[in-house]
Amino acid sequence: MATDSPNKDVGVGDYQYGFHDQTDTYTFKSRKGLDEEIVRQISELKKEPQWMTDFRLEAFRIFEEKPMPNWGGDLSQLDFQDIYYYMRASDNQERDWDDVPEDIRKTYDRLGIPEAEKKYLAGVKAQYESEVVYGSLQEDLAKQGVIFTDTDSAMRDHPELFREYFGTVIPSNDNKFAALNSAVWSGGSFIYVPPGVQIDFPLQAYFRINTENMGQFERTLIIVDEGASVHYVEGCTAPTYSSESLHSAVVEIIVKKNARCRYTTIQNWSNNVYNLVTKRAMAYRDSLMEWVDGNLGSRLTMKYPAIYLMEPGARGETLSIAFASDGQHQDAGAKMVHCAPHTSSRIISKSISKNGGRSSYRGLVKVDKNAKDCKSNVVCDALILDPESRSDTYPYIEVDEENVVIEHEASVSKIAEEQLFYLMSRGLSEVEASSMIVTGFIEPLVKELPMEYAVEMNRLIELQMEGSVG
Amino acid sequence: MTSLLKIENLHVNVEETPILKGVNLEVKAGEIHALMGENGSGKSTLAYALAGHPKYTITEGTVELDGANLNELDPSERARLGLFLAFQYPVTIPGVKVADFLRHAISNIRNPDRKEGEGLVPMREFRKELKEQMGSLDMKTEFARRYLNEGFSGGEKKRMEILQLAMLKPKFAILDETDSGLDSDAVRFVSEGLTKLTGPEMGVMIITHHERLLQYNIPQYAHVMMGGRIVETGDVSLAEEIHNEGYTALRERHPEAAAEQEQVEAVTQ
Repeated sequence: MATDSPNKDVGVGDYQYGFHDQTDTYTFKSRKGLDEEIVRQISELKKEPQWMTDFRLEAFRIFEEKPMPNWGGDLSQLDFQDIYYYMRASDNQERDWDDVPEDIRKTYDRLGIPEAEKKYLAGVKAQYESEVVYGSLQEDLAKQGVIFTDTDSAMRDHPELFREYFGTVIPSNDNKFAALNSAVWSGGSFIYVPPGVQIDFPLQAYFRINTENMGQFERTLIIVDEGASVHYVEGCTAPTYSSESLHSAVVEIIVKKNARCRYTTIQNWSNNVYNLVTKRAMAYRDSLMEWVDGNLGSRLTMKYPAIYLMEPGARGETLSIAFASDGQHQDAGAKMVHCAPHTSSRIISKSISKNGGRSSYRGLVKVDKNAKDCKSNVVCDALILDPESRSDTYPYIEVDEENVVIEHEASVSKIAEEQLFYLMSRGLSEVEASSMIVTGFIEPLVKELPMEYAVEMNRLIELQMEGSVG
Repeated sequence: MTSLLKIENLHVNVEETPILKGVNLEVKAGEIHALMGENGSGKSTLAYALAGHPKYTITEGTVELDGANLNELDPSERARLGLFLAFQYPVTIPGVKVADFLRHAISNIRNPDRKEGEGLVPMREFRKELKEQMGSLDMKTEFARRYLNEGFSGGEKKRMEILQLAMLKPKFAILDETDSGLDSDAVRFVSEGLTKLTGPEMGVMIITHHERLLQYNIPQYAHVMMGGRIVETGDVSLAEEIHNEGYTALRERHPEAAAEQEQVEAVTQ
């Protein structure tokens, strides 16, 4: 691993998780770059069925055909040939925490994962690099027929279920990065919740990128069957590295009749990561789909979790927080597509820009012809901490039906001098006061997070605010 | 040692406009001072300048707290030395819970060298104290979980200021028109609250152009500001005189200051 070219812009000390484990014990690491041979090799190494090999090759062809997006953020520095597309940190799927290799455990320790492990014992899944190295599932869940495993295992162990849904929500030709993911995907979570099963604690997964120039292309597929409910939580932190890293995930969710699904993500990529993710859910009759999405860090994030409201009574909600600092562009938002009458959606977006960072809200509300009596409410609030920073709002509304209610509110504010003065006159330092104002700004979203994530989120905000004032 | 807040020949500009033109005042721990005057006389400017609002520039003179010069200190440093301003218009901080804010505040006030990120006052200890103080001010505990001043009524905001005063236990408290805009019940409430808090350890400056607050907290000294200076100092009878007769007589006694005040009003309006 090349550790001899420390990032000039981002001191390791500035980034709490910017440590770097000596994890050179990869059992397999593909060469840099991408071509048909690498795609075949990945499939072979994973001993995949022929249909998946074909699926990958077809996706690779689409990836090559599709032009780079020319909207959103600046992708001109992204070099697809300078990235590792596949590696495995450990050959075996571990069951017990004690069996997880020590250096990998050390990384998790620094991230505080053992606490989550203790709390959600047996419900925790953690992805380390491309494979899930640790995973176990609460026994009673298994008894109820819940499947919670990594996506590779799901393909092997539940081939029919897997094949029925895989790639149906986000086809490979959806966009260039969905195609890329489809060609080289590895890892990710697979969840199936059988009809009527309510899982009343969050299922969790942790992701990390830990090797320079390593792309992470996890693929998550969640099926919530009729009347079932699940809350899936993933948190991502990545060490700081010197050259570009690419994270391009695909998340597909199917929420059937009367089912509920909440998908919570907190991402804190280091400042060199391109985070280009396609997330989409299909919500059927009287179901509820919620995305809770926190984006900190990364060089560029382009992420617009989508909900297709397929049948009457379906509801969709997206809560998103973006925090952009020096050298970062968060281009995030949401997409709501009303395909059926009597569907409703809500988007709440909060963004914070500081030290020259840029955050953009980009959202689409689309109402198809004949989707009568739909309601959609969009609220975007931006907080700009200094004159160097920037915030943009790109709300797109496409309505082909007259009888609908669409509301859009947007606000941009600056930290008011009066607020700072008030807090400081009570003994808070300027940094503490600003960070409290920012924390308060995102509180309506943070309170939706599971406790330990809320704590982590606030701590990350505090870290981000340190040294930003003065 | 008895604490001393010493204001000497204080000149303050707001943006480019001179508002204070040589204020002299000493407040000792245990004393209650009333600061009166008409709108535009400089009362609130003095309060903000003492607390260190960045828009209020000291151009001449000094403010000292127990010998420490406050002129160059930021509001946080002044607060940590023991200065407290109860705001006339408390500021709303959306999403910040009263309890979180207060815990940070008292952690800094009690450990003035604390840096951000360092330990806070232990939760158990803090909760106990907050509960006691809220109880003695007859406030419902749900207040602690509300967002700071968000959706508070005028009276609730002022109670919150008094609660902060109770928790922070400053050496010197300046109350900037804490009684304004309140109905008589609310005035009685904050007045009684204040009465419980004052004592030999704290010096208090009550800024008011009414005397309602003073009925409950009888000042040893009353000062009248006009045209950016203190033009008269007396005892509680001065406050009573103003309450009964208004400022006409005072203006006649100090025609120069009255004229300057009118000038400032013309500029700032």
